Amino acid sequence: MSAVITDLSVVEAISRIPDPEVPVISIADLGILRSIEVDEADHRVVVTITPTYSGCPAMEAITSRIVFEADRRGYAADVLTRLSPAWTTDWMSDEGKEALRRFGIAPPGPVTHGHTGPVAVSLQKRVVTCPSCGSDDTTEIAHFGSTACKALRRCESCREPFDEFKAI
Amino acid sequence: MASATYLLGLADDALIYAQRLGEWMTNAPQIEEDMALGNIALDLLGQARALYPHVGELDGTGRGEDDFAMLRYEREFRNVHLVEQERGDFAQEMARLLWFSAYQVELHRSLSGATDEVVRGVGQKAVKEVRYHLDHAQQWVVRLGDGTDESHRRMQAALDWVAPYVDELFDDDPVSVAAVREGSVGVHSPASLRPAVQHVVELTVSQATLTMPDPPAWRSRGGRDGIHSRPMGYLLAELQHIARSHPGATW
Repeated sequence: MSAVITDLSVVEAISRIPDPEVPVISIADLGILRSIEVDEADHRVVVTITPTYSGCPAMEAITSRIVFEADRRGYAADVLTRLSPAWTTDWMSDEGKEALRRFGIAPPGPVTHGHTGPVAVSLQKRVVTCPSCGSDDTTEIAHFGSTACKALRRCESCREPFDEFKAI
Repeated sequence: MASATYLLGLADDALIYAQRLGEWMTNAPQIEEDMALGNIALDLLGQARALYPHVGELDGTGRGEDDFAMLRYEREFRNVHLVEQERGDFAQEMARLLWFSAYQVELHRSLSGATDEVVRGVGQKAVKEVRYHLDHAQQWVVRLGDGTDESHRRMQAALDWVAPYVDELFDDDPVSVAAVREGSVGVHSPASLRPAVQHVVELTVSQATLTMPDPPAWRSRGGRDGIHSRPMGYLLAELQHIARSHPGATW
């Protein structure tokens, strides 16, 4: 092991790891970091994370970054992936949502429950606010955006296309 | 050990359909659809990856995801014929996705109540995602059915094409029945999921100004016993050839 870095505590350093796909938000603010248990005596940490979507390809990158950040501070990390309870955008912090908006991604609204019966088809009428000009006059271009967690929209007022983080 | 075998069928459905949907990347009518079908494929791949290691635990072999996905032969796969069929036109894919995602919504809602912790976790996670897949398929079926004469004709032909492969999803085969009896991973038998699925599909078809096909003259069977149709071997060859050409390779 090379020199141990002490700028941040191991908990802080892991909490601040950016999401590889959306680097303006940390894994803690995104809500995918579920717990960190530090064993100071053994210099071990057990970190539990949960994927945003079942097939999220960022999980391996996040895991190796956690191991790396822990190792730099002299800790061995065990990273556990837990599916249940399932991640929801309601776990995203207000700071995280604001960071997304500043980055040009419309943050997720509250998750609507009630979507359980047979679904009549409708072109969706959700109000999504444009992250650049603040207009509510936006339309969905595509149901699925550059990653599973985002949809693609366009602002009818300033004409900018933008990503929307889907409420799930 | 019906529970493990039952879960293997569910995982194989997800893996094989993920592989088929992935073929749309660079082939869909719009780049947005490349992304959409690629994302749906990724969600399905995630379901399979979560289930395979659990099957390996339950059946005591300790096999991992690569052992199941990359190193089994055709006769060992338990997926239904619906998911292995070759990619047709876009309407055919939407007809298949409509049935499969409507089925998966009911399946994962059911699995969300399993006593087995892993299966419950997969179900609770996946049910949110597959509702979105269903919504996507519904929107396209309505848009194409209630669109131009040509899109209407092709969407109707697509519903007719998929019809013979539907029943197999809802067969109460001996393994499913035994898994439900064992109780930890199986909650509802396949047949009992059908009414709710049928309702969603009929609602969509009617909104799309299309008609439900007449009962087909033949139906697929055998997938859950490892008896597959012609396209399956080609699909596996493409899926597995790198892993089989370089055994044990890591990167």
